[in-house]
Amino acid sequence: MRQIAIYGKGGIGKSTTTQNTVAALAEMGKRVMIVGCDPKADSTRLILNSKAQTSVMDLAREKGTVEDLELDDVLYTGFGGIRCAESGGPEPGVGCAGRGVITAINFLEENGAYTPDLDYVFYDVLGDVVCGGFAMPIRENKAQEIYIVCSGEMMAMYAANNISKGILKYATSGGVRLGGLICNSRNTDKEYELIDELAKRLGTQMIHFLPRDNEVQRAELRRMTVIQYNDKHPQADEYRALAKKIDENKKLVVPTPLTMDELEELLMAFGIIEDEETAAAKLG
Amino acid sequence: MGEKPSVSMVEEVLSVYPEKARKLRAKHIVVKEEGCSCAIKSNIKCVPGLMTARGCAYAGAKGVVWGPIKDMIHISHGPIGCGYYSWGARRNLTRGIVGVESFSPMMFSSDFSESNIVYGGDKKLEKVLREAKELFPSVQGISVCSECPVGLIGDDIESVAKKMNKELEIPIVPVRCEGFRGISQSLGHHIANDAVRDYLLGKKERPEEVGPYDISLIGDYNIGGDVWSSKKILEEMGLNVKNVWTGDGTVEGMMAAHQVKLNLIHCYRSMNYICRHMEETYGIPWLEFNFFGPTKIKESIRKIAAQFDETIQKKGEEVIAKYEPLMQAVIDKYRPRLEGKKVMLFVGGLRPRHVIGAYEDLGMEVVGTGYEFAHKDDYDRTFPAMKDETIIYDDATEHELDQFVNRIRPDLIGSGIKEKYVFEKMGFPFRQMHSWDYSGPYHGYDGFPIFARDMDIAINSPTRALARAPWKKDKEV
Repeated sequence: MRQIAIYGKGGIGKSTTTQNTVAALAEMGKRVMIVGCDPKADSTRLILNSKAQTSVMDLAREKGTVEDLELDDVLYTGFGGIRCAESGGPEPGVGCAGRGVITAINFLEENGAYTPDLDYVFYDVLGDVVCGGFAMPIRENKAQEIYIVCSGEMMAMYAANNISKGILKYATSGGVRLGGLICNSRNTDKEYELIDELAKRLGTQMIHFLPRDNEVQRAELRRMTVIQYNDKHPQADEYRALAKKIDENKKLVVPTPLTMDELEELLMAFGIIEDEETAAAKLG
Repeated sequence: MGEKPSVSMVEEVLSVYPEKARKLRAKHIVVKEEGCSCAIKSNIKCVPGLMTARGCAYAGAKGVVWGPIKDMIHISHGPIGCGYYSWGARRNLTRGIVGVESFSPMMFSSDFSESNIVYGGDKKLEKVLREAKELFPSVQGISVCSECPVGLIGDDIESVAKKMNKELEIPIVPVRCEGFRGISQSLGHHIANDAVRDYLLGKKERPEEVGPYDISLIGDYNIGGDVWSSKKILEEMGLNVKNVWTGDGTVEGMMAAHQVKLNLIHCYRSMNYICRHMEETYGIPWLEFNFFGPTKIKESIRKIAAQFDETIQKKGEEVIAKYEPLMQAVIDKYRPRLEGKKVMLFVGGLRPRHVIGAYEDLGMEVVGTGYEFAHKDDYDRTFPAMKDETIIYDDATEHELDQFVNRIRPDLIGSGIKEKYVFEKMGFPFRQMHSWDYSGPYHGYDGFPIFARDMDIAINSPTRALARAPWKKDKEV
């Protein structure tokens, strides 16, 4: 069983990318479980063709304690036999979402959600590693492999670098490794080259470059992955390619995060941000 | 025979520590000798790995300051343990029907569980507050004492308090005393004082004018009835004790506490903050005093009386004259049995210095003393009270106390529940000086005979001769 966690800046398309890729893996005959680690609980809707599913924590709140739950209440099966669970958690601004992730994953483990027949478990984790709770999927005995979804936008690259710092911390204490960057294209300037270079600097690879295509949105509006909605579409092949690369990926590394200065130099070298002299010259 | 405290003894005791710990701890222990600089480090964090007797901010705020206010419900807000294990441990007595006029003997907890952490506990807190008022309609106020998780998840207990204050029409006081704050219970006292300042003090005006003899008794928590015996003296002096902070205290008393002429403070450490505040804001002077043992009581009565007119001064002398013979009788009875006995103390807020006089009245000698959580100003007040060739230890560790006791071999040890059974098993007479060992009061003229009796019981009990080490028993068999 390979356990994989997907991280990346908020809004970058982690959940969409994860579900499409997982759908492609299922199509290849792999048995997969997705564990959504985000209070928004939107990590499984494209697989289940539904609105947000009942989450572990929501049901725990309803029933009083997590001990009162049955695994069947929170583990659903969707497209391609993919098993789906959502940790769930509080509204923004109250409580502790991180603790919710810990509680939910412990529940799934203790109640036998991780069956030996699974080829893959995917964790789709909220925005950034903000506290210990969101690092839960990469702590010992869980995800050994991380993919970071990013784009050529500056903040997405900052986030990718920050997440690499988090991985570095857990790489020394546990066995977690970075599998690569997934570039979910935003059609920014020199995006392919930039992310390819960032990946090299981080000591990893750009495992796949996903072009931007509105077919993804059309499928999403129908609560489906592209694989399910229009399996002949070229975008579906992109996800199949990514799935295949992940399945065959042997390049798992301890990342080498950049300093802020190094990251800015990189952005300058690609003309994304100007150095002070150019900026001054423009101002006259 | 034990040895006299000396610098070399301290060095030997500390020598088992790793170098860094040894250097750190050495600054917390002073042997008072002629010409010693008597500089001692205090109020800094404990050394990891060394066993401390300290508590936490929650212990200081809920356990010490807020807990004794009797007509309030004090909610331990968080998981159940903090509330349960601090329930009734402090022996702050109250008068009044339990559940109607006094809630101090009860324990209230919001009993956090996993989902309260994940989803936040504010809604549960609202419910708990509503239920408390419903079950106990005569309650005059509710304090919400935060435990650690409440601070970690950032629950907004202040806004819940504000909302429920309107709904329930009684003061609801959020006390942010999460245990991880600060380095000992001392910060909890400060936080609790600040909460009193912000949510109770000055919120009510008594209709009657402030009388010339109106005073507050501050920093007395009524352990075993201490407040009542202290109040008795003050009232016999002609003073009018309007409020007590906080032993057997009331919400109304705290709210109108700005309407007095003088604040008398017994436990300086835990309540000096509010006294300074009242001095700055309302111009109320404050005076430290000591009601342990006849010598200190006499001094204190004169010091207090000097703040007032001749009527009080005259009555003060009358009080002294009335009780002196009674106290002399106590001394005559116990002194011959206790003369020359050596005592070592390790306690909390005020007792490591305040009880020295009471022991001396009985002919006993305090050869070692120290505080769990004192600050520099406490030690400044302690050094003058100690004789030469005595030892003062700050935040003493289990090892240090154990070793000092073993080498000095005092006739009596006064400390807390954590120390009691260790030293009793070592064969040393022991009295709990936090809780008065289920006895008391020890304050005032009523307290001294009980104090003297208890010390005599501890030291001269014939049971000691009956206790035999198991290996000695075996030999006889």
